[in-house]
Amino acid sequence: MMESFYDVMRRQGISRRSFLKFCSLTAASLGLGPSFAPTIANAMENKPRLPVLWLHGLECTCCSESFIRSAHPLVKDVVLSMLSLDYDDTIMASAGHQAEAIVTEIVEKYKGNYILAVEGNPPLNEDGMFCIIGGKPFVEQLRYAASNAKAIISWGSCASWGCVQAARPNPTRATPVHQVITDKPIIKVPGCPPIAEVMTAVVSYILTFERFPELDRQGRPKMFYSQRIHDKCYRRPHFDAGQFVETWDDEGARKGYCLYKMGCKGPTTYNACSTVRWNGGLSFPIQSGHGCIGCSEDGFWDKGGFYDRLTNIHQFGIEENADKIGMAAAGVVGAAAVAHAAVSAIKRARDNGDKQS
Amino acid sequence: MSNQAIGNSKPARHVPRTRPIDRNEVYVYEAPIRLWHWINALAILTLAVTGYLIASPLPSLGGEASDHYLMGYIRFAHFAAAYIMIIGFVFRIYWAIVGNIHARQIFLPPIHKAKWWAGIIYSVRWYLFLVKEPRKYVGHNPLATFGMHFGFIWLTVFLIVTGLALYGEGAGYDSWQYTFFSSWVIPLFGQSQDVHTYHHLAMWGMVIFVIVHVYAAVREEIMSRQSMMSSMFSGWRNFKDDLPMDKDH
Repeated sequence: MMESFYDVMRRQGISRRSFLKFCSLTAASLGLGPSFAPTIANAMENKPRLPVLWLHGLECTCCSESFIRSAHPLVKDVVLSMLSLDYDDTIMASAGHQAEAIVTEIVEKYKGNYILAVEGNPPLNEDGMFCIIGGKPFVEQLRYAASNAKAIISWGSCASWGCVQAARPNPTRATPVHQVITDKPIIKVPGCPPIAEVMTAVVSYILTFERFPELDRQGRPKMFYSQRIHDKCYRRPHFDAGQFVETWDDEGARKGYCLYKMGCKGPTTYNACSTVRWNGGLSFPIQSGHGCIGCSEDGFWDKGGFYDRLTNIHQFGIEENADKIGMAAAGVVGAAAVAHAAVSAIKRARDNGDKQS
Repeated sequence: MSNQAIGNSKPARHVPRTRPIDRNEVYVYEAPIRLWHWINALAILTLAVTGYLIASPLPSLGGEASDHYLMGYIRFAHFAAAYIMIIGFVFRIYWAIVGNIHARQIFLPPIHKAKWWAGIIYSVRWYLFLVKEPRKYVGHNPLATFGMHFGFIWLTVFLIVTGLALYGEGAGYDSWQYTFFSSWVIPLFGQSQDVHTYHHLAMWGMVIFVIVHVYAAVREEIMSRQSMMSSMFSGWRNFKDDLPMDKDH
């Protein structure tokens, strides 16, 4: 019989008390009622461990870095022991052909019963030659590993949307996972990187209940991506009052006013930074005095400067924002109307003159 | 020529008894249309000004956050005016169905009629000073119908749909605005940022419409063969000659 999560945890020296604490914490972070803590505990004690294969494509490993810094050390320990870390480029012990053989082993042995977590994305140009894993294009490894997967987790903005490697002009044609693998359920956990606690909570939920948490229309878990940074920002009262930072280091910046005018993307970014925060709930970008750059949104690299309120519209060829385009067009039309009126008046005066003479 | 022969004006119901029936004028804009027109104009003015101030806020206020609520009031004015515009637009569609024939002109341009397109070309030539005499219409000239339909009706629909989608973001997942608008509009554009940008750009489109609309109305009042601006107050269209009407649509 395969060992359960609980067996693995105990083997790793985690006490029963700590285990139950983790279950309560997980239930709370998932927005479940207190009665769900025993449910999670029960599932973890009895269910066989669900292996997770963690692949790395075109990425910077910030997702992994975030993940292993999960606030509660316990959470990290537990989740790491839940994962089948036989294969994870960054933290696995084995290397070379031995390591690659493990992918095949998991895909064959746990057919249809393992979770594929993908960090980064496959570049498709030149048959995927821009990202080679173990001598083969990453896209091939991804397709192979996905073939028998129960479900896929797209870690971070790379796997979810494309992120920086897919920014214009996207020379390698880096493509988000859901556009390459179309026949498997995919959960997106965007962010560059995603918040550690969000990642561990998503993994915990999937491994515990063997299904995805409730997703929004774009495939993100609602519990973390249903509100904008702006909706729960602690500087929101300054926004409503009309108190803004106008320039860096001004009086408003010192007083912690709203960073809206400094191009904060909080009003258009769906993530949990303003509630869960980072580094164990210590802080998040806005709290440290810098606007949100919208890293968990699709195409955030291509929306102009991180410090501009109005962002660029590329369809107009040059980088212009809505105000520049709109004012220019309105100016041209206004000038045309004035010119037309002048011509009309002259013509009318002349016609009337003709009639009188 | 009698009034009935000139235009398609509705019978007696809307015609005040005091007016002589054989005057050279037709009752075009019914009272609800006129009321809607001016309420909508005020709503658009409010929306454009407050919308601009939401994107580019006024200089920062000092002191405590609890002393002010400036952005809150500006946003409230924007949302209140938006609902007036939306409800007005729904009413306007209703009136296009139950009102007189002129009430539905801008909703149903006769794009299948070659004569109408020829009328647009004639109107363009009139505005380019290429023809001496404009044609005579009871309702809008074909170019005006074209502009109203594509430059106003559809622009308004775009603004309302994107506006409700943006409103739904703040109202939250369980709001009807989110369910019916944000849920599909935001994925359609990719993300919230682009919806904001195009909503903003559409505002400038509306500003351009207003410039053209007001200019054309003033010019037509003076230079065309029928009244324009006064008609939107009184409802009656006066004609400056008694030659037969042009019927391009």
